[in-house]
Amino acid sequence: MSNQIDLTDRAGIITGGARGIGYAVAERYIASGARVALWDSDAAALSAAQESLRGGDRLVTCLADVSSQPSIEAAFATTLAGFGKVDILVNNAGITGPNLKTWEYSAEDFRKVIDVDLTGVFIGCKVVVPHLVANGYGRIVNVASVAGKEGNPNAPAYSAAKAGVIGLTKSLGKELAKTGVLCNCITPAAAKTDIFRQMTDEHIGFMLSKIPMGRFVEVAEIAALVAWLSSDECSFTTGAVFDITGGRSTY
Amino acid sequence: MNKIDLHGRIAVVTGGARGIGRAITERFLESGAKVAIWDSDAARMQGTVGELAGDGHRDAVIGCNADITSEMSLRGALDTTLAKFGKVDILINNAGIGGPNVTTWEYPTEEFRRVVEVDLVGVFLGCKVVVPHMIANGYGRIVNVASVAGKEGNPNAPAYSAAKAGVIGLTKSLGKELAKTGVVCNCITPAVALTEILAQGSEEHKQYMLSKIPMGRFLEVGEIGALVAWLSSEDCSFTTGAVIDITGGRATY
Repeated sequence: MSNQIDLTDRAGIITGGARGIGYAVAERYIASGARVALWDSDAAALSAAQESLRGGDRLVTCLADVSSQPSIEAAFATTLAGFGKVDILVNNAGITGPNLKTWEYSAEDFRKVIDVDLTGVFIGCKVVVPHLVANGYGRIVNVASVAGKEGNPNAPAYSAAKAGVIGLTKSLGKELAKTGVLCNCITPAAAKTDIFRQMTDEHIGFMLSKIPMGRFVEVAEIAALVAWLSSDECSFTTGAVFDITGGRSTY
Repeated sequence: MNKIDLHGRIAVVTGGARGIGRAITERFLESGAKVAIWDSDAARMQGTVGELAGDGHRDAVIGCNADITSEMSLRGALDTTLAKFGKVDILINNAGIGGPNVTTWEYPTEEFRRVVEVDLVGVFLGCKVVVPHMIANGYGRIVNVASVAGKEGNPNAPAYSAAKAGVIGLTKSLGKELAKTGVVCNCITPAVALTEILAQGSEEHKQYMLSKIPMGRFLEVGEIGALVAWLSSEDCSFTTGAVIDITGGRATY
C-alpha cells in the first residue's frame, strides 16, 4: 500500500539530491509525476544518480555549491532553461562536521558547517523565492534536524545551523503567507546515510538510544513526508516544523 | 489531488457527523477506508450516514450512538464497529465543544468541567478503549484533533485552551508508550475552521482569531481532511507523539 501523491507537472529542485535523503525524495517525486532538478556538489555522485534514477527528460542535474550564491544562481538558470518553471524547492544539502565538544571545535569547522547547513538554505530560498512568488505558487521544504530542536552534544555547529534553519523557515513562512508559496521544514532523527561515515560509533549509538521506536528512520519514510508537504494538498501549513523522529521529539 | 491509500482500513471518527469530523470521514471514504462515525447527535449522524451511503458508500459507513465522556458508551460503540467491520486500524478523536467565551475568572466552574470532560477526558477514553485492540493487531494510526489554542492559550477560552493543551500532552505520552507496537499516535493543531463550533462564539472572538492567521483566511475543513488522511496512512510511519500544525502560519512552535 502506498499513497499516490500528485505532483503531476510540478518541477522540483532538490539540493544534495545525488544521494541519501535527497535521492530518496527524487525517487518519490519522479514516481509522483514531477520533474526533478538535482543540485549537488559531488559530480561523481550526481552522474551516478542521473543514471540510476532513469528520469529521462524529467530529470536534470546541476553541479552546484549551496554556499555560493553565483553557483546557485547558475544552477537555477539551468533548471529554468530545462523546465521553464520551478514549483518546489527542497533545501536538503548538508554536512555534519566533526563530533567534538564546543570548546574543542575549531572555529574554521564551525564556520564551514554554518555556511553549508544554514547559509546554504538561505541562499537556496533567496535565489528561488522571487520566481515562486511571481508564479503565485510554491512549496519549500527545508531539511532541518531534531538536533536543531534539542541540541546534540558534540555536534554544536550542526545543532546550531539546524536550529537556524528552523528559525529561518518560520520567518520566511510568515513573509510568504499570502503569496501562495508555503515554506515548512522537517526535523528528522538520524537516517543511516553516507553522512554516518562522518560520525563516530559512539555518536551513532547515542542517537539511536534517544529514539523511542528503537530504530533509525528509512530515507523512504522521509521522502513520503516531503512528497506530501510538496503537494497542493499541503495548503494551510506554513512556517511549521514537521517531526519525523520515531517519537524522540517532545515539542 | 493526492490518492491516499486507505484500502482495507477501518476507521473510527468521533464527532464525524459534521464539520471537521465529516470532512475527515468523506476523505477516508474516498481513500478506500470504511468508517464508523461515533457521535452523540443521533439525528445528525443518521442524516450524515444516509447522505454518505447515498454517495456510493452504502456498506462502507456506519453510525454508532456514542457519548465520548462515557467509557461504557464507547465500549458499546467499539463492539458495534467490530461486529460490522471486524477490526479498527484508525482512530480519529475529533469530537469536541467550544464552551462559552468569557474570561477565566468569569467562567462557571461547571462549564469548565464540562469542556474538559468532553475535549480532554473524551480523547483519553477513546484511546483507552481502542488502543488494546490496535496493539493486538500490531498496527494503528491515531490522530487526535487538538487546537492551536492548546499551544498558545486563547483569551476568553480557558477551558478549551486547557483541554486542548491536555490533548497535546496526552498524545506525547501515549505516542511514546506505543513507540514499538506499530501503533502511532499524533495530534493536529488547527487554527479555526468555519464550522458550527465557531458559530458558538461571538463575532468579536471570530475576528480576533482571524487576525492571528498570517494567511488571512480561515481553514477549510477539506484541508484538515487531506492532512488527517495522510497521517492515517501507512506512509506516516516514523512520526509519533508529534504535533502537526495546520494554522496558516499562526503557530510559532
